[in-house]
Amino acid sequence: MESRVLVLFLGLALGVGGLTGCARDRLVQAEDTTQPPVIEPDVARREIEVPKIDTEDFEVGILMGQISVEDFGVNTVAGGRFAYHVTEGFFVELAAGRADTELTSFERLSGAAQLLTEDDREYSYYNVSLGYNIFPGEHFIGKNRAMNTETYVIGGVGKTTFAGDDRFTINFGMGMRVMPLDWLAVHGDIRDHVFDIDLLGQEKTSHNLEATLGVTFFF
Amino acid sequence: MRWVLLVLSLCQFAIAANAAGAERPLREVTIADPFIELHTGPGGGYPVFYVAERGEQIALVMRRTEWFKVRVARGQEGWVHFEQLTTTLNSDGQPFDVPALGFSDYEARRWEVGALYGDFGGANVIAMYGSHNFTPNLSGELWVSQAIGRFSDSTMVTLDIVHLMYPDWRASPYFTLGGGVIKTQPKATLVATTDRTDNVALAGAGVRVYLTRRFVFRGEYKTHVVFTSRDDNEEVQEWKAGFSFFF
Repeated sequence: MESRVLVLFLGLALGVGGLTGCARDRLVQAEDTTQPPVIEPDVARREIEVPKIDTEDFEVGILMGQISVEDFGVNTVAGGRFAYHVTEGFFVELAAGRADTELTSFERLSGAAQLLTEDDREYSYYNVSLGYNIFPGEHFIGKNRAMNTETYVIGGVGKTTFAGDDRFTINFGMGMRVMPLDWLAVHGDIRDHVFDIDLLGQEKTSHNLEATLGVTFFF
Repeated sequence: MRWVLLVLSLCQFAIAANAAGAERPLREVTIADPFIELHTGPGGGYPVFYVAERGEQIALVMRRTEWFKVRVARGQEGWVHFEQLTTTLNSDGQPFDVPALGFSDYEARRWEVGALYGDFGGANVIAMYGSHNFTPNLSGELWVSQAIGRFSDSTMVTLDIVHLMYPDWRASPYFTLGGGVIKTQPKATLVATTDRTDNVALAGAGVRVYLTRRFVFRGEYKTHVVFTSRDDNEEVQEWKAGFSFFF
């Protein structure tokens, strides 16, 4: 009986000892792996910085030209435009401009009679238009150089302030964008601004043709 | 005069941005399609003048709408449609993920601007707005509208809350509530009238349809109550449609 108990205890003692021994071995192994290996792998993470791609869908610029204000002569107009190119064909344009109009023939001939005050003589407009690049093309200069061009049709709605009132205005026309550089464009534009006016007693539809040259920058 | 300064400063910004962009390193990709076609301009109508083969390294110079300007190893520069670049590889061998704007960008939009045209109680109305999305369903919109009628013109500024019913649909209806001020100026040819400014409240419904890239169509109906200083309030119905862009 005693010897059996002894065997049991010894067995237990051996078992526990063996276990702790194993644990110590594992510890030693774990310690071993932290030691520096013979060959140090020299792995440096490469920082990949992907350059961004420059997207140039917006266009901003100035325009200048002549506008024929019905009954009020041909006048110098100056303005600005801002456009967003949605697809290769369609673009949306926000444009504004102003001109100081001349005297009418009636005012000139009568001498004294003035139809409008100085402030009311100012013609200003803004409009929102949808354009479509209908004819893409190229202009060739000499043998070695070419510039891309786009002929577009454009139309939209807007407001004209003239003769003391705001007038709802429809505009439509055509233009051409000549691009000497990818981010620089020269515009030639012919636009008709149409609105109703009752200044001379009877309401009539007034057509105001505008021809402008402009410079725009893409960004 | 103020907008002249704005346009000029924008021009200056555009020139500066282009000058700064000239020295930047370009993104290099490897062609994985059998070949890509280089056009002389950013459009399908421009002629193809060069073909680059599979395996060639190309640098992406810039992008305009759906077209990328690329530079091939031999130095030629031309425009490639983005669909031809969808299978190209980045310098790390991973497919080049063409940053094409799609419906997922529409769903993740934060800011939006738009212009609409329509009828405001018989007058022509041009309206522009800017909006911010708080959640996919809910957005706040600031509207500036100009109505030009036979007898009077009005300028209205309102702040609206819009609830989009199904933000994950390409076409979704929405409801809106808002309020603001309206300034009415009778025509100069009418006599004995004065300008007036009144408060206005509105409710409306509409539909918005995602079209392509940054382009959204929207059409809406709004009913306005103008709190006039007269005995009766004025009710104005408005229908309009237009386009907007998101960022």
